[in-house]
Amino acid sequence: MKKLLPIAVSLAALTAMNVSASTLEDVQERGVLKCGVSTGLAGFAAPNDSGQWEGLDVDLCRAVAAAVLGDSEKVEYVPLTSKVRFEVLKSGEIDVLSRVTTWTFTRDASLGLNFAGVNYYDGQGFMVPKALGVTSAKELDGASICIQTGTTTELNAAEYFKLNGMTYEPVPVETSAEGRSNYLAGRCDVYTTDASALAAQRSVFENPADHMVLPEIISKEPLGPVVRHGDDQWLDIVKWSHNAMLNAEELGINSKNLDERGANNKDPSAQGLLGTNEAKLGAMLGLDKKWAYNIIKQVGNYSESFERNVGKETALKLDRGLNALWINGGIQYAPPLK
Amino acid sequence: MSGTKIQEKKTVTLGSLWRDKKSRAVIMQIIAVIGVLLFFGNIVSNTVENLDRLGVKVGFDFLTEPANYDINQTLIEYDSTDSHFKAGLVGLLNTLLVAGCGIVVATLLGFTAGVLRLSNNFVVSRLMQVYVEITRNIPVLLQILLWHGILIHSLPVPKKAEAVMEGVIFTNRGAYLPQPIPQEGFGWVWIALIVGIVFAVLFKKYANKVQEETGRLIPAIWIGAAAIIGLPALMFIIMGSPVEMSYPALKGFNYQGGFVIKPEFMALWFALSIYTGAFIAEIVRAGIQSVSHGQTEAAHALGIKPNFTMRLVVIPQAMRVIIPPLISQYLNLTKNSSLAIVIGYMDLVATIGGISLNQTGRALESMAIVLGVYLFISLSISALMNIYNRRIALVSR
Repeated sequence: MKKLLPIAVSLAALTAMNVSASTLEDVQERGVLKCGVSTGLAGFAAPNDSGQWEGLDVDLCRAVAAAVLGDSEKVEYVPLTSKVRFEVLKSGEIDVLSRVTTWTFTRDASLGLNFAGVNYYDGQGFMVPKALGVTSAKELDGASICIQTGTTTELNAAEYFKLNGMTYEPVPVETSAEGRSNYLAGRCDVYTTDASALAAQRSVFENPADHMVLPEIISKEPLGPVVRHGDDQWLDIVKWSHNAMLNAEELGINSKNLDERGANNKDPSAQGLLGTNEAKLGAMLGLDKKWAYNIIKQVGNYSESFERNVGKETALKLDRGLNALWINGGIQYAPPLK
Repeated sequence: MSGTKIQEKKTVTLGSLWRDKKSRAVIMQIIAVIGVLLFFGNIVSNTVENLDRLGVKVGFDFLTEPANYDINQTLIEYDSTDSHFKAGLVGLLNTLLVAGCGIVVATLLGFTAGVLRLSNNFVVSRLMQVYVEITRNIPVLLQILLWHGILIHSLPVPKKAEAVMEGVIFTNRGAYLPQPIPQEGFGWVWIALIVGIVFAVLFKKYANKVQEETGRLIPAIWIGAAAIIGLPALMFIIMGSPVEMSYPALKGFNYQGGFVIKPEFMALWFALSIYTGAFIAEIVRAGIQSVSHGQTEAAHALGIKPNFTMRLVVIPQAMRVIIPPLISQYLNLTKNSSLAIVIGYMDLVATIGGISLNQTGRALESMAIVLGVYLFISLSISALMNIYNRRIALVSR
């Protein structure tokens, strides 16, 4: 009993700490951005051979760190399961959640969270072994389907099969590794999740060519970064860190030509973004003039990030598709830098 | 003057209270309790305050909303349009199913292994020791994963599976068995079964009375068992076999029809039973060994047959030692069943504490429900076993 007292008192003091109001000040004071990412999803967030985190979601963390701290390497990655991600963000343990999180009404409206944009437009698909001889999801009546639990995937599958009057056996899996093991062992005929994640999963199979993704995409999965309610400045910073990368691509600015473009006095849009003229975009966000310059210099524009992580040259081999800029037939559309 | 004296004696200062050993202990306890209460109060109020500031409402109204997901093993009718509450109920029943099956098999396994470990046969007793030492020293989580891995990787996929006998097929998607479907007239078989049970109970009472009065032994157990099995069987034949068998048949991707036991359930069931069985074996061994050898010798000296000695002298005394730790093992097995999530068995944690939690984002509420339900199950098992324990406990005569 006597020993319990000091412990109780010190713990009480600890829990009395609250989530601070200004995330920006917190991050700048700490000197490092805490970013919640996947526990390992090739192309989106996974450590590479030398232990460095890489991926489209990771690039978003790096962009925010570059904007806020001037250094894209000053990020502490916190791998999170889909189950704990929102709680960890709400508790203030991380500053931003960038973890293939689908923007849904319920999540946006009832969890005390805000979505700060969409860094990947995804949709749920089905992967089957080619040997199965199936060419359409409509032929999957009675199949066993591996589904990662705790995701919107389960709801979409239930709805799709109900709508089409088909039955199926859901085989819930907790992690993507378990999903692969179940699928390859033949515990399920079909593996369903976001099409990008299917590509990521297939890329680590021994024989990726033996498997195919069916043409049906059965859901809208806008994936994007998430922040806490109550700090609008921080929401703006995360939102515009992503938009800066999109606008840079639209303006044709990339990590190689930005110094040249910034020096060109006849290019006010580029100069405004890069902070080389009188425009004070950075100050409006509470950041310095170089915020977007640092993002593009250190992380690149959206196209560079996409091609490096999930594009044609990578194991995932994903098309830009919906994620092309609006001027190229896609729906990635950043508000103007005015 | 005398009044002052009394007053002096009664003057209680903080210092004197502190110096007094008894009152100091009480003060310390009070301070500690206040500290603990403050600590938990602080956590709760902080959580509520923080959630409030984020605009999150705490409440259980989400339970009535449609769950929108499917579950692959349902003991009651369930559809994705049913509520989160119903989904949780399906999960709870799955938890109870695996815990119940696990407790039965673990008990059988444990008692067998415990008794055999004391066998005079060297090979048998060593074998049991190997079983106990290996299984109880490997984390149960790994055993669950191992069993699941064995089942899904070693058994064939449905299209390559061959029937062991008519209607019995083992695949990596489950063991398919023929399912008897009762037809009209099967109700009479149930009635015959009830009559058989009632007869067996009454006959046992009668046999006990005869034994007490005359000392004559009637094999009541065998006659009772014959009645319980024989009467329904006879009725079954009289009614002209009122069941139709549903045989599993390969249709499309999977076998349809029949009765299926999923590999997830089997893996969890095997792992929990075998793991807990090892602990129960040790408890049983300890219980039997705790009965003094003099009891056995005395029974032999009185001319009691060896198997009666075991059943009537040793086991009843051993049970007094066995039951309390056995309760703990039953509770452990039930709680360990929450590891089901690693292999995707849809138990309470996977439904209300997993998918529902994720779809609604109500982590605090969902977890509170799961915690509350586990507490309730555990306390119920504990209460039942304690009633049994009181019945067999040593009564001073």
